[in-house]
Amino acid sequence: MARLNANSLGVAQEIIARYPVPRSALIPLLHLAQEQDGYVTEDAMAHIAELVGVTPAEVMGTCSFYEMLKREPVGEYMVNICNGISCHLLGSSDLIHHAEATLGVRPGGTTDDGKITLEAVECIAACIEAPCLQVNYRYRNRVTADDFDQLVSELRGDTAKVAPHGQLARVRQHIGDDRRAGVSPPGGQGEPAWMARNPSDNGGSAS
Amino acid sequence: MSAPAPPDLRIITSRFDIEDGHTLAGYERTGGYAGLRRALEMAPADVHSEVRNASLLGRGGAGFPAGVKWGFCPPGVWPRYLVVNGDESEPGTYKDRLLMERDPHQLIEGCLIACYALGLSQCFLYVRGEMAHAQERLAAALNEAYEAGFAGRNVLGAPDFSVDITLHWGAGAYIVGEETALIESLEGNRGMPRLKPPYFPASIGLYGKPTIVNNVETLANLPWIVSNGGEAFAAMGADNSTGTRVFAVSGHVASPGVFEVPFGTTTFRDIIFDSRYAGGMRPGRTLKTFIPGGASAPWFFEEHLDLPLEKTTVDQAGSMLGSGAIVVMDDTTDVVKACHNVVRFFARESCGKCTPCREGTSWLEKILSRLLAGQGRPQDLDLLMDVCDNISPGINWPPRQTTICPLGPSAVSPIASALERFRGEFEAYLPATAVTVTGVAS
Repeated sequence: MARLNANSLGVAQEIIARYPVPRSALIPLLHLAQEQDGYVTEDAMAHIAELVGVTPAEVMGTCSFYEMLKREPVGEYMVNICNGISCHLLGSSDLIHHAEATLGVRPGGTTDDGKITLEAVECIAACIEAPCLQVNYRYRNRVTADDFDQLVSELRGDTAKVAPHGQLARVRQHIGDDRRAGVSPPGGQGEPAWMARNPSDNGGSAS
Repeated sequence: MSAPAPPDLRIITSRFDIEDGHTLAGYERTGGYAGLRRALEMAPADVHSEVRNASLLGRGGAGFPAGVKWGFCPPGVWPRYLVVNGDESEPGTYKDRLLMERDPHQLIEGCLIACYALGLSQCFLYVRGEMAHAQERLAAALNEAYEAGFAGRNVLGAPDFSVDITLHWGAGAYIVGEETALIESLEGNRGMPRLKPPYFPASIGLYGKPTIVNNVETLANLPWIVSNGGEAFAAMGADNSTGTRVFAVSGHVASPGVFEVPFGTTTFRDIIFDSRYAGGMRPGRTLKTFIPGGASAPWFFEEHLDLPLEKTTVDQAGSMLGSGAIVVMDDTTDVVKACHNVVRFFARESCGKCTPCREGTSWLEKILSRLLAGQGRPQDLDLLMDVCDNISPGINWPPRQTTICPLGPSAVSPIASALERFRGEFEAYLPATAVTVTGVAS
């Protein structure tokens, strides 16, 4: 549990290089730290502060604003039951009560075996699939109590094929050096070249 | 009833049923990147003109004309940035996620067209944190687009047009959908809205530079507009609400779904009851109320069903189309609980910057909670309206606000709607022995 390891550091540097101002990389880097350790450690925040040139307190300030960034360990699987209005209308309260009874924890709590953290969350944009939930931010739609029990047994047996908590996209953006346009820093840049084009002068080889 | 858009009139959901529509191969096979090629044959100002002629209204919620917003960049101030608002979080809203997951290249093409038209030299694509699949699809699509020469250095081989698209993702905060909060978040800060004026980041935005913030659906329309012309787009839909729009119909309907329909001519009755859309109420049930445009919108009732899904009409009727989220409630609905659900959302998501919102939304939530717990006081119903009046003086539509952004006034909508129409249901929660408490703060 610590600073970013060599692998994460390489990814972090690639992310930072995509922004004109390093601080903009803060949230993606906090996600990266969470991907490495399952939550955001104090050491990781201090390391990120060094990488983007701010104080650890500033990193903490940003980190503490966002619900997905956990500063304490959570279960291997975050089970987030949607409690938005559409899911509410189709029984999310019953599903949450069922989950509480099944797991023996209240929203925000983690099961004793450290497997599952239960949360009741605001609308996760799957309203036509209500009631829905996410497991480590992957959707399960139209979830019944039986579906939920099935899910829990899969998670306990590690057969659910869900990426570990902290990992979001399994594909990262990568810009090859030969394809990079280059960041556009806020200071000292003139009008972009293509703005000089006019209808009679096509300017490029596009077509 | 008006007919649904035939398949060939679907503009931005045309690839939703195509298995590989999210890949570059599938996208190009179905006409993808033709709009970008066409744009690069035009002068940037002419591309802007096409978008202005299309009268494309922003699809994020406020419904401001995109072409006009684009015109607010102060001349001679560079660089300018594009920030894509993919932080879709308004309860009931479910369209940008599908557009990002199922047709990511369409969004990328729209971004490139916008950058070309306005001289925006870098694009930041801000995707909601919880949407892992959308982030993955966009990352894969961007990697393909870079590799194939559509994005990055020398777009389509043009020596003078290069622009990077940086994929960025949030970490869970509804307020970040507000465009100045989005910029704060993109700068690595807590996502709190900025003081206005300036009203538009087009003048002072990301890193203090001119910045266009556009919604995902807005940008997804650009490839079609450039390929087919702004006038062809404006010819679809109604006079002031052109093109098509994507609506998500959820709640107590037989077939909840996401539908792209001609903007401004389809009615609420069509989209809720027609078998081609949501197919009416669940068997044996009747309509009680519906939210026409996301949790922030005042509620509509039976008498509003024949209104068209058209911006001006809905605004004048006292609500808004907002983010295209229609949430339907039938006669089984406990409106006090539904109202509490929506208010709790705003109380939880208030960023805390402005006192009327921070205190007001949390007090509204507390009062409704105690009412539901059977501990309400007789004056609580008037107290709810009084708190609403403090957040949004007069409780009118469009709302006045005492706050920097509209989140606080949004919490007023469900209470004003439900309490006016269903006051008896609120009163029924008051304990029979309730004692009027006087002379103390409630």
